[in-house]
Amino acid sequence: MSSTHHVTTESKPVRLLLIAAAAFILGLFLLLPLVAVFAEALRRGWELFLASLKEEEAWSAVKLTLMAAGLSVPLNTLFGLSAAWLVTKFRFRGRAFLLSLIDLPFAVSPVIAGLVWVLLFGAHGWFGPWLAEHDIRIIFALPGIVIATVFVTFPFVARELIPLMESQGSDQEEAAVTLGAGGWRIFRSVTLPSIKWGLMYGVLLCNARAMGEFGAVSVVSGHIRGETNTLPLHIEVLYNEYQFSAAFACATILALLALVTLGIKSLVEHLSGHSSNGRH
Amino acid sequence: MKRVLPGFGLTMGFTVAYLGLVVLIPLVALFIKAAGIGWHEWLEILTSPRVLAAAKLTFGASFCAALLSSVTGLLVAWVLVRYEFPGRRFLDGMVDLPFALPTAVAGITLTAIYAPNGWIGEHLAKHGIQAAYNPLGVFIALTFIGFPFVVRTLQPVMEDLGKEVEEAAATLGAGRWTVFWRVILPMLVPALITGFTLAFARAIGEYGSVVFISGNLPMKTEILPLLIVSQLEQFKYGAAAVIAAGMLIVSFALLFLINLLQRRLDWQHR
Amino acid sequence: MKTFHLIKLTSILLASAAFGDQLLNVSYDPTREFYQEFNASFAKKWKQETGKSLVVKQSHGGSGKQSRSVIDGLAADVVTLALSGDIDAIANKANLLPRDWQTKLPNNSAPYTSTIVFVVRKGNPKGIKDWGDLVRDGVQVITPNPKTSGGARWNYLAAWAYADRKFGGDESKVKEFVAALYKNVPVLDTGARGSTTTFAQRGIGDVFLSWENEAHLIAKEFPGKTQIVIPSISILAEPPVAVVEKNAKKRGTEALAKAYLEHLYSAEAQDLAGKHFYRPRDAKAYAKWSKNFPKIQLVNIDRDFGGWTKAQKKHFDDGGTFDEIQQR
Repeated sequence: MSSTHHVTTESKPVRLLLIAAAAFILGLFLLLPLVAVFAEALRRGWELFLASLKEEEAWSAVKLTLMAAGLSVPLNTLFGLSAAWLVTKFRFRGRAFLLSLIDLPFAVSPVIAGLVWVLLFGAHGWFGPWLAEHDIRIIFALPGIVIATVFVTFPFVARELIPLMESQGSDQEEAAVTLGAGGWRIFRSVTLPSIKWGLMYGVLLCNARAMGEFGAVSVVSGHIRGETNTLPLHIEVLYNEYQFSAAFACATILALLALVTLGIKSLVEHLSGHSSNGRH
Repeated sequence: MKRVLPGFGLTMGFTVAYLGLVVLIPLVALFIKAAGIGWHEWLEILTSPRVLAAAKLTFGASFCAALLSSVTGLLVAWVLVRYEFPGRRFLDGMVDLPFALPTAVAGITLTAIYAPNGWIGEHLAKHGIQAAYNPLGVFIALTFIGFPFVVRTLQPVMEDLGKEVEEAAATLGAGRWTVFWRVILPMLVPALITGFTLAFARAIGEYGSVVFISGNLPMKTEILPLLIVSQLEQFKYGAAAVIAAGMLIVSFALLFLINLLQRRLDWQHR
Repeated sequence: MKTFHLIKLTSILLASAAFGDQLLNVSYDPTREFYQEFNASFAKKWKQETGKSLVVKQSHGGSGKQSRSVIDGLAADVVTLALSGDIDAIANKANLLPRDWQTKLPNNSAPYTSTIVFVVRKGNPKGIKDWGDLVRDGVQVITPNPKTSGGARWNYLAAWAYADRKFGGDESKVKEFVAALYKNVPVLDTGARGSTTTFAQRGIGDVFLSWENEAHLIAKEFPGKTQIVIPSISILAEPPVAVVEKNAKKRGTEALAKAYLEHLYSAEAQDLAGKHFYRPRDAKAYAKWSKNFPKIQLVNIDRDFGGWTKAQKKHFDDGGTFDEIQQR
């Protein structure tokens, strides 16, 4: 240990103080709410907790949530891959503008994300009368929930991949081209292996957000029990029916999902051997 | 640059088409709806006392929350990057929790904690502080939402910071605090601003976690997204679209600023 | 075009997901418990009469918000809302049912009535007895937002009616009174249920202006924590029901929807209404549950406020008296 180490760090008491402060902030701000979810859920005992998870409406909410995420995440993954390839492998006019557009839904309030679809597909929206004529339901049905979710989770995969692919450059791909490999083959055997962890993390985040989306979905859902209530909406319903323990019991499903997401993320970082620095 | 790699046409086509369908057309519809209302009404809606009060709260609370997130985020990022201690990885993982936790869950939980009969609210109430159903509650929820943005923006930059400058400053006799204040912090400022802006932008639009804790009182604890919903619930699409368009313009300006900042950052790196 | 078919296919699949008949009842906030039981009762009857099983889907929320959803295309077969103004809106703005819908069923299409009462903390520590006490300093009043909640509009009008009598119709004084009352409101939820949660679960406020049935429900859910105070004057609330004819026609549920609403007037349903603290129209059911329904002097929306269309315009539309007092 040389003296250089000494001058570029703080004295031990200061270090301990800072660590304690950080732990306190994280504990109070982040850990406490998580603990509270489980504590409130189990307040009236395991039996009630399990009973509320077995409730038929809870299950249909879980199913709907899975379906909405199952449809919107693959779509956005495909988009993320395509957009990342486009903006990192090529330079073209309007590229910066395109980047801003990709970020846009990220800064749009979820409520607005719901509102725009009502304006388009609501009974009094642009396509409303036509849809009604052909008896197609979008708003207040699964398609509406899916497109609202797609909008909200739109940038996640792309945002994760773009910095990653940017930093990796295109040398390997270009080498592959000179060796005569086709586009699809290059992507599969050169690009994909080097971005798989980032891709996985992007998909995970996208999925977590898709399953947890509240504002946008609440505007387009119609709140039909057992039919168009996603899990977050079902939690709100239970909360409004004095079934607080049940509401928190359902919230634990989503909280567990969050924990699993974080766990896998840590694992991915461990495996890929680079520390956390995701930009979201 | 010559395009060596294949797939330009395909990815360009798909990306632009998808972007157009999912993002652009809906947003254009919103602006057209808003434009269908005359300029006069635009002004009238956006300057009505209720909208102004909601805007003040939304931007004010978001700004303060992003500010607090910046301070605490700087501290947490510093500790996570610079120190080795047991539980560091765990704390590091925790930072992402607000990203992964659904906003509605965050909302009911924060309410349960900060309501006058909640875990923390109880103690605050003894000192005459009401957190939930007050602007303070909005601020708490928005801080929760924005916190990870600051940490995650700062971390990579801190990791890249060379220690040479610090060493040089120290050998010149500068104290640790001076080194931090005069040498390290200036290097972190661009990332800090980016993190702040991200947290700020996210907070402006936040809905799920806020509606549970805010109390939704017009003129007092009503945020802009809630105002949009309540306009919608009163069949006033035009007004809802106008407020939404106003918010979007601000958000887009913010994003533009971030990208501009990031580009300048990149310049400095080169 | 492919996506078009895909969307159509999914919607068909979803619609036929449950076999047998299906009905969507779009209702307001505090009716959940009542309709849960009523739906079971009607499904049983339907099965006996037609041999078909029936699933009744429910959607609940603030009355104004629910009305908006139906106007936007929520495919309700029947609506059971907090006040006729919200069903009028569906008739006027979306033409989904005839404008004279209220004449289609007995008693103004309101199978039960209710009123607004006060809920206070156990022992009534603030000594709240009547509307006049609500404007006192240091009294916190909980009521939802009249812009989105039906119950809140009844609350508002009941307070207005009290002041109107007190000040002999001097409108500026009435406004002052109502403004003072809303100054004491710390939380304004979008629906009656949100307010109940705020008051009962979160412990905010000294008095909660509540639907009579909701007040009794709180007493049941939070035993020993609250008590009901009957003010000197309140308002006769008639929550109406109607078949959303265009939707029902499209979905082929006209007969079913009509039978569903008519069942609300049956002896069995009237008894259920009484059980859930709604005031039944049926004299026998009313007598059976009358111990829950103290006599209150009730003003009437049509007589005292000239009907909902007028009341809505004067008080709750943009620039109405509610906006006016909020901005003082």
